Amino acid sequence: MHFDQISQYLLSGLSTGAIYALIGVGFSIIHNSTGIINFAQGEFVMLGGMLTLFFLSALKLPLIIAVVLAIGVATLAGVVFERLAIRPMKDASPISLVIITIGGSILIRGIAMLLWGKETHAIPTFSGNDPILVGEATILPQHLWIFAVTAVVIVCTKLYFSFTISGKAMRACAYNRRAAGLVGIDVKRMVFFSFAISAAMGSMAGIIVAPLTMTSYDVGVMLGLKGFCAAIIGGMSSGLGTVFGGVILGILESLGAGLFSSGYKDAIAFVILLVILLVRPQGLFKKGETERV
Amino acid sequence: MHRIDSRDKKKLFRHEWVKFALFSLLIMILPVLFEGGYLLNVFIFVGIHTLLAVALNLLLGYAGQISLGQAAFFGLGAFASGILTATYGQNPWLMMVVVAAAVGLLAFAIGFPILKLKGHYLAMATLGFGIIVYIIFNEAVELTGGPSGFSGIPNLTVGGITFDSDFKNYYLIWGVTLVTILLSLNLVNSRIGRGLRAIHDSEVAARVMGVNVRLMKVQIFALSAVISSVAGSLYAHTMTFVSPTSFGFNFSVELVTMVIIGGLGSIYGSFLGAALLTLLPEFLRAFQDYDIVVYGFLLVFMTMFMPGGLVRGIPSLVQNLRARIGGGASDA
Amino acid sequence: MPRILSSIVASVAAVFVLSSGAFAAAPIKIGALFAVTGPASFLGEPERNTAQMVVDEINAKGGIGGHKVELVVYDTQGDATKAVQAANRLIKDDKVVAIIGPSTTGDTMAVIPVVEKAQIPLVSCAAGSKITDPPKKWVFKTAQNDSLAVAKIYEDLNKRKISRVAILTVSDGFGSSGREQLKAHAAKYGIQIVSDETYGPKDTDMTAQLTKIKGGQAQAVICWGTNPGPAVIARNAKQLGLKLPLYMSHGVSSKKFIELAGDAAEGIMLPSGRVIVADVLPGSDKQKKSLLAFVKDYQKHFKAEGDHFGGHAWDAVMLLKGAIERGGDTPSAIRDELEKTRGFAGIGGIFNYSSSDHAGLSKDAFVLVEIRNRDWILVK
Repeated sequence: MHFDQISQYLLSGLSTGAIYALIGVGFSIIHNSTGIINFAQGEFVMLGGMLTLFFLSALKLPLIIAVVLAIGVATLAGVVFERLAIRPMKDASPISLVIITIGGSILIRGIAMLLWGKETHAIPTFSGNDPILVGEATILPQHLWIFAVTAVVIVCTKLYFSFTISGKAMRACAYNRRAAGLVGIDVKRMVFFSFAISAAMGSMAGIIVAPLTMTSYDVGVMLGLKGFCAAIIGGMSSGLGTVFGGVILGILESLGAGLFSSGYKDAIAFVILLVILLVRPQGLFKKGETERV
Repeated sequence: MHRIDSRDKKKLFRHEWVKFALFSLLIMILPVLFEGGYLLNVFIFVGIHTLLAVALNLLLGYAGQISLGQAAFFGLGAFASGILTATYGQNPWLMMVVVAAAVGLLAFAIGFPILKLKGHYLAMATLGFGIIVYIIFNEAVELTGGPSGFSGIPNLTVGGITFDSDFKNYYLIWGVTLVTILLSLNLVNSRIGRGLRAIHDSEVAARVMGVNVRLMKVQIFALSAVISSVAGSLYAHTMTFVSPTSFGFNFSVELVTMVIIGGLGSIYGSFLGAALLTLLPEFLRAFQDYDIVVYGFLLVFMTMFMPGGLVRGIPSLVQNLRARIGGGASDA
Repeated sequence: MPRILSSIVASVAAVFVLSSGAFAAAPIKIGALFAVTGPASFLGEPERNTAQMVVDEINAKGGIGGHKVELVVYDTQGDATKAVQAANRLIKDDKVVAIIGPSTTGDTMAVIPVVEKAQIPLVSCAAGSKITDPPKKWVFKTAQNDSLAVAKIYEDLNKRKISRVAILTVSDGFGSSGREQLKAHAAKYGIQIVSDETYGPKDTDMTAQLTKIKGGQAQAVICWGTNPGPAVIARNAKQLGLKLPLYMSHGVSSKKFIELAGDAAEGIMLPSGRVIVADVLPGSDKQKKSLLAFVKDYQKHFKAEGDHFGGHAWDAVMLLKGAIERGGDTPSAIRDELEKTRGFAGIGGIFNYSSSDHAGLSKDAFVLVEIRNRDWILVK
């Protein structure tokens, strides 16, 4: 086994992992403020890519404007989804909410399919295709964009949750919704915010990966699932925990494919996931909580 | 918890029997209405899905433990039965029992560690298990035929009768399904059923009342795996062909949806959910490519306006809609 | 039971009456099963479009022997259970005389027992060799066998004196069938598979597999998959600076692949049906007329390039049309006449069915093409 191979596996894993992390953080934010696992999260990722493509090719807008518009429209979709399907369900059981988000994801995917067709599309990379040498391994300029956006997003969320009023209020909701309501926090508004933020984040993830992975109406399913895994490994944290979760998953996959068997690489990743869950059910990066009775 | 005196209990018991008898009668005469049309074939799948939904409902609706990997047990039953009978020429009935027992044991073994987890973590773990099994179906090409599937599975036979037509398979599958429904009804109305519901409400309280929570959860997990495996064997022998795509994550989610749309903690609800989700695509064919949108919309709509599932939903749907249209006035 | 019996009697009688020509104007009902949605929609959609287009054209010209053709299409979503349900509906409810499709090998294998029992001819649009090997009485296919594509690539490798290859196949029906054929025929051509890797149909990064291949002994890479996977692989290979010759399968022989892979597509070789090089074929080519007609038609109707997937459906409809013209529109007559088809120049190749060959194509059905300047050129 050569060192240059290993370093390529690690680097490839790191770059896919960063994407999983970005999607995973979206899961965590909604989960923390509402207790919902939003299975439609992957669809925001898809919307990001498809909308950028739409603005680029159909309306011939410059990339930067297309990206901003795509994030805007995807966020709007998230907000509308919250208004129409989540807010009316204030007393619903968590499991019904899960089904609603699954139904919502099917609906969004279906509409995207009808609007833009079933084909896969390519989006131009942001800054060229010339590989960059990192030691013995290579990455593309687009990967740097991925690392940069992920880092910026994580730092911004950290700042938001630590230093702004609404960020702190959202954290209060995460600890205890009833108590947060009692001290005068508008819980409904926080839920609304959390959907807006995570839809924006999801679409951003979708936009920066689309040049590498192409995009189509059904890319959200698999990416959403991987993001969910990242969030679980990270203990549903909206910060570094999920980032590590995503990176661990990405590296496990690429090492699994490279060193063992590419056919079983996902199985290897999931076996390790199961072991992690069984040894540390609260996620890798969270202290255990006592169970409330 | 209030006590039910023995007279009430007897009445309840008789009530259940009448309901079951009527339901069976309906199922038995249904094929006459179809006159050999394709709906008979669809109702075979309704039967298999009902079996699966009842199995999952015992776990999800009664014990309150989610499983997003239920399709794996279904697939293990189907593939193991198919391979053992087609490749190794074993007796299908014997294999159905052996495979179910083996799948049950497997569920028992993984149930002990996995069911320690709660909520989303349990969902994640069962999902992971389902994906691992799915990958094995796809990758073990020599054994399973891989992604293009496994064909040549024999039909079941009983003393000279071969179950090779929709008509015969309908009665075979619904026979098994009705027996399972009956046993499940008995189970949920027994001491075990009460224990399960206690776990659902509060595990700590159940433990205090003397329920061996951990063992009971694992047992019900294994039981639902056994039923799913039998459903898989029946599916394999009816279709005579199995392929991994039928046992993926999507199908696990579809099963959960059937149980919830039908009504958590209601055995007949599982039938309604299974029937609806199996028949729906047939009716949505008229919408062509739009069917996925209509399907998604219905899923959201029904969960929003029928939170208790179909079985309690029709009355509450009317009520909900009225309240909504009535607007703020009635809220105050 | 008596109900069933009476309905059987009734349907037998109906078939009898129909075949005796009592309803001269009754339309001929042909069923179609395509994976219009779901992961295999890249197959099902062009197939559905093409089949409908051809049927409309036949009807505009007065139908087949004075009968209009009615096409009933159901979506299988690439799911075996749904394919079987839809096949049952076509046979029992719509009472079709023949079925086109399904699109995937898995769906086809699932419906074979159904059509064999109901004795309805099936013309599959899927590629898997095992559909017609061994031959089944009622089952035909139009898509070229994977083994023919494999042979085309291996011949080229022999020509270039390359003997050690790495294969990278997608883990779905298409890829696993290709992988099986690649392994089965390697020894015959003196080729050694030194690295056998796979990837998932939704995977977004294959640098790990390619890094492993790069570090191995391979002199060439053969990748077997359908969009978008191979395009990702082409780009990843470029990123890693992999200098080995890269072969793709006929699964990506459409302009879409070049569009997705961009510059990374340059120099890639693949076996393909003739449809993508229709305009550069010599005038003596027997298929040229069919090919140009199909390409022009598809462009007109759908504003898109007709690919060879749609071609499978084109062939299926035209083969059925030929059979019905020759022998009438009962399922058994259609089957018998299909089997007698000789020298039919379609999109996929020149079809010669016989009782022992229900696939009907030889390896001439493929040409080897290379991508240069974002277009195809024939490799001689």
